[in-house]
Amino acid sequence: MTLELLNYAVAWPEIFLLTMACVVLVADVYLDDENRNATYLLSQLTLLVTLVLIAVKATSASETVIAFNGTFVSDALGDVLKFFIVLIIAIVFVYSRDYLKDRNIFKGEFYVLGLFGVLGMMVMVSANHFLSLYLGLELLSLSLYAMVAFDRDNPNASEAAMKYFVLGAIASGMLLYGMSMIYGMTGSLNIAEVATAINQMGDTNIVLIFGLVFMVIGLAFKLGAVPFHMWIPDVYHGAPTTVTSYIASAPKIAGFAMVMRLLAEGMGGLQADWQGMLVILAVLSMAIGNVIAIAQTNLKRMLAYSTISHVGFILLGILAANNDGYSAAMFYTLTYALMSVGGFGMIILLARAGLEAENLDDFKGLNQRSPWYAFMMLILMFSMAGVPPTVGFWAKLAVLKAVIDIDMLWLALVAVFFSIIGVYYYLRVVKLMYFDDPVDETPIEKSRDMQIALSANGLAILVLGLYPAALMSLCVSVFS
Amino acid sequence: MIPLSSYLILGAIMFAISMAGIFINRKNVIILLMCVELMLLAVNINFIAFSHFLGDLAGQVFVFFILTVAAAEAAIGLAILVVLSRNHQTINVSELKNLEG
Repeated sequence: MTLELLNYAVAWPEIFLLTMACVVLVADVYLDDENRNATYLLSQLTLLVTLVLIAVKATSASETVIAFNGTFVSDALGDVLKFFIVLIIAIVFVYSRDYLKDRNIFKGEFYVLGLFGVLGMMVMVSANHFLSLYLGLELLSLSLYAMVAFDRDNPNASEAAMKYFVLGAIASGMLLYGMSMIYGMTGSLNIAEVATAINQMGDTNIVLIFGLVFMVIGLAFKLGAVPFHMWIPDVYHGAPTTVTSYIASAPKIAGFAMVMRLLAEGMGGLQADWQGMLVILAVLSMAIGNVIAIAQTNLKRMLAYSTISHVGFILLGILAANNDGYSAAMFYTLTYALMSVGGFGMIILLARAGLEAENLDDFKGLNQRSPWYAFMMLILMFSMAGVPPTVGFWAKLAVLKAVIDIDMLWLALVAVFFSIIGVYYYLRVVKLMYFDDPVDETPIEKSRDMQIALSANGLAILVLGLYPAALMSLCVSVFS
Repeated sequence: MIPLSSYLILGAIMFAISMAGIFINRKNVIILLMCVELMLLAVNINFIAFSHFLGDLAGQVFVFFILTVAAAEAAIGLAILVVLSRNHQTINVSELKNLEG
């Protein structure tokens, strides 16, 4: 074991983030509640420097490097995904501050757990080995369980945390069981070596397929694809809205990376088998997600079902199993994470002490209270529905094109059919904001940084929709 | 010499028991936590058996990590359970239905 095999240099962003998360943890212990802002600022600074480190690394050395004896891979895909994960969590942190202060839960735990969750996601994104993938996944999941339960006196939050914990543990168990089967057949835990071994064995080995089924179920649980979606609505509803915005955004990017590493890179030889499974998951997710969302009166639950349907769309791109499909799915995932954090950001904006603003009625007449934020919400809803000129339209177009290119026209038609059903419940929010009278006239008072971040978030959706080429070509370039 | 298949069948049976325990159990959350642990142990048996018969140490190293993570997971699970029982005055699975719709 030589030092060259370790290649520390490519993991600088992770090493820095780990060190700083520990520093924040210790520093927070010595702070009074009045100085809690220091924890927040230090966390934001950490994310900012991590962002710079990732950008520097991505621009200076973009070739694929394997580090830490084959457990860690540094490539262009990883760099882009990590950049967006860190960026989106920084936005979540900006949104979180007022909300947490209003509820007297502005504590260091949220930020420390948040930073460790980011570390877990970054390890997942760069995993080249089942072990590092599993450890990254658990670091993320354990942080999330604790964050959901972190508003200790809220019965809904603790119930959501318990459900999330049990179902998350089942998902990890399924994934591990699948990994053990694959390990037994291929004799390796290294994803690249597994891929070579599977290519030699061909796709007729029954134990491999058995392992693959368990692995796909585990992944579907983590992503929240139907029929493994039961936890999503409850957790999104029960968790504090800041935690929901965390769970709903960046972990989807990490989940996409996990699917890419395991299925596309590791199990490329079994593509014919997992393609069929993903078709079923995608169709069910789009159907159940969009139809049940119509019946919801709670906006957080509605967005949860909308997440499920978006996961179906992401799976459409992945199941195309070619570079066009992967880059379309990546574009979809990145823009979805941005929309999702904005959507929950709007709920946080309207929330104040004693009001969660999570019901559809709370958005009634928003145009009369604040035309600007009603417009932001309009952009976000249009984008989720896939209405041009927002970015959601291009994302949907790209995955549909990828599916049509592999001669699955029927699947594209099913997707279009269900997204038209989906338009109904997004437009209902727009109707409530513009054509109904407000129930609650309280002016919206939030700190300046949150207002700027939310406006930038909404405008980014619009600008990316008008000029999608740059992000699109970035997604294409990492797969070529 | 016990063949590999026996170990795998044992692992599969343990996995099935834990699954059944999670989905059939409607009474106590603690039983859910026990089933989660059992599931990880079933995976461990698989890994150790494969590792032994392949003559490859990596599987056993993986088991150490799974055990460590399982300990951390149990700690968080029990902490959530304490919060849950304080807020709901019950740890009965069938009574956890504030969130539905």
